[in-house]
Amino acid sequence: MSIGLHKSEFKNPVIRWVDSRLPLFTMMQKEYGTFPTPRNFNYFWNFGALAMVSLMIMILTGVFLSMNYTAHTGYAFDSVERIMRDVNYGWLLRYVHANGASMFFIVVYIHIWRGMYYGSYKAPRELLWMLGVVIFLLMMATAFMGYVLPWGQMSFWGATVITNLFSAFPVVGSHIVTWLWGGFSVDNPTLNRFFSLHYLLPFVIAGVVFLHIAALHITGSNNPLGIDPKGPQDTIPFHPYYTSKDSVGLVVYFIVFAILVFFMPNYLGHPDNYIPANPMVTPTHIVPEWYFLPYYAILRAVPDKLGGVLLMFGSIALLFVLPWLDGSPVRSMRFRPLARIAFALFTLNFFVLLYVGGKPAEEPYVTISRFATAYYFAYFLVILPLLARLERPLPLPESIARAVLGRGGGPIPMAAAAKPMEKA
Amino acid sequence: MADMATPPGSAPDTGGRRDFLTLATTAFTAVGVGAVVWPFISSMNPARDTLALASTEVDLAPVQLGQAVTVMWRGKPVFIRHRTPENVASARATPLTELKDPATDQSRVQKDEWLVLIGVCTHLGCVPLGQKPTDPHGDYDGWFCPCHGSHYDAAGRIRKGPAPLNLAVPGYTFTSDTKIRIG
Repeated sequence: MSIGLHKSEFKNPVIRWVDSRLPLFTMMQKEYGTFPTPRNFNYFWNFGALAMVSLMIMILTGVFLSMNYTAHTGYAFDSVERIMRDVNYGWLLRYVHANGASMFFIVVYIHIWRGMYYGSYKAPRELLWMLGVVIFLLMMATAFMGYVLPWGQMSFWGATVITNLFSAFPVVGSHIVTWLWGGFSVDNPTLNRFFSLHYLLPFVIAGVVFLHIAALHITGSNNPLGIDPKGPQDTIPFHPYYTSKDSVGLVVYFIVFAILVFFMPNYLGHPDNYIPANPMVTPTHIVPEWYFLPYYAILRAVPDKLGGVLLMFGSIALLFVLPWLDGSPVRSMRFRPLARIAFALFTLNFFVLLYVGGKPAEEPYVTISRFATAYYFAYFLVILPLLARLERPLPLPESIARAVLGRGGGPIPMAAAAKPMEKA
Repeated sequence: MADMATPPGSAPDTGGRRDFLTLATTAFTAVGVGAVVWPFISSMNPARDTLALASTEVDLAPVQLGQAVTVMWRGKPVFIRHRTPENVASARATPLTELKDPATDQSRVQKDEWLVLIGVCTHLGCVPLGQKPTDPHGDYDGWFCPCHGSHYDAAGRIRKGPAPLNLAVPGYTFTSDTKIRIG
């Protein structure tokens, strides 16, 4: 490509002037306008867009909350109460931010579930999937540090327990913990750095999201059939088809969000976090936020400290290598009768872990959590690798168009698929 | 350094010199990056004022036999228990083979009746219960951590549950018969 202005095809002179010098409009038109997208998406394909919206809501409300928040152990709790009582619409900003975190995790968990069921992690989308796991890890770090900021009892003791996870590592463990704390316990230096990082990481997430989407636009989207589009008859342009389908999902998302914020804003929180942090008294029952409960259950299922910590980190690390654990070339579990059952059990098992993670460390929950942990790991390390060899998948459809259009009353003319292609 | 001996202008560079330069530059860059990164890493370690708050004096005179007090040291609770002779006897009667982190009771005290411990569970840092008479004391007449269910005995030794180590004994000295300085 030679040096010079980009040949813009936009008619509006102002847009054309900008686009010739910096082809942002051309790029947006290519990636979000005419971008060829499989024609058979179901509503599970809404959740990427919903996650993006969640991230934007979190950054927006977070920036404004920080204008009234004080990151000091002596003032943090009171500054949050001031936001709730005195700052105009402070209650709204805080409840949207707090419940927004839950919405973000709900959306991302469904997004991950979608990827696991329809095999979106398989070639050629391995890196796309791994970038997603990075985003998930960054989200967990950000959410954890955000929960510390109000400096309530759960903030303090959650921070203490989680940072102490690193003390499980031999030799360097205690030095790492002191370094994380900036002292000899969770205290003011800890709160300050958590605030700093809690503000930083969402922008790091935004950066990785950009890479996630860039990688997606190289491979193109997976679809419920898990087969590649073979030509224009299998795809439709992203706009207006999926912009409008995403909008439908977005409305439902906002309804759920609004119900949480306006009618049950503290339902997913813990009342102990409205007690100011007290380093001398541990609440009798420490629980993390609900979205960490499955991993917390895995941590507690192991009677050995280092073992529990390694298994907990391992449970997420497995996601990174999932593309290589599941060697079956068939992506969608619609065509994998056995994997489908195993994955349904995995899903159920995840909820069991979530449930026992929120219960005290006593029987029968300890035993249940051990079985559930065993199945979690067995699914990745035994069942998927074995099924890749043993399972006989159902025959795959010839093409997306054939599968989608053949189901109803006879084939629809090809013109229907070709017509909406827009002029770039 | 064979190529160093090559007369100038004779043979083209063999690559050995180029490799050496690349290696030396990379090594030098690594040292430079390390030197730049270190101040950032180090700034997150405890600051001097945090380190300065590292000792606490406690007057033990008001603590009656059988009582326990909790004081704060370095932002953490320190348990001080005035043990009865029965407590001491039961702790010493325990065979070391029953212990997960074997330590004699004698090795954990300076004076038999005064047990001084950092009140932080060695599992994940919760404060165990057992300082008040109404608290649960676990299965071994010591402390019980409610977070993940670790039981400590009357010498603060781990007996049951996920914690790997005994409750830590801080460094302390008796400055008089009834006063200690922790840290």
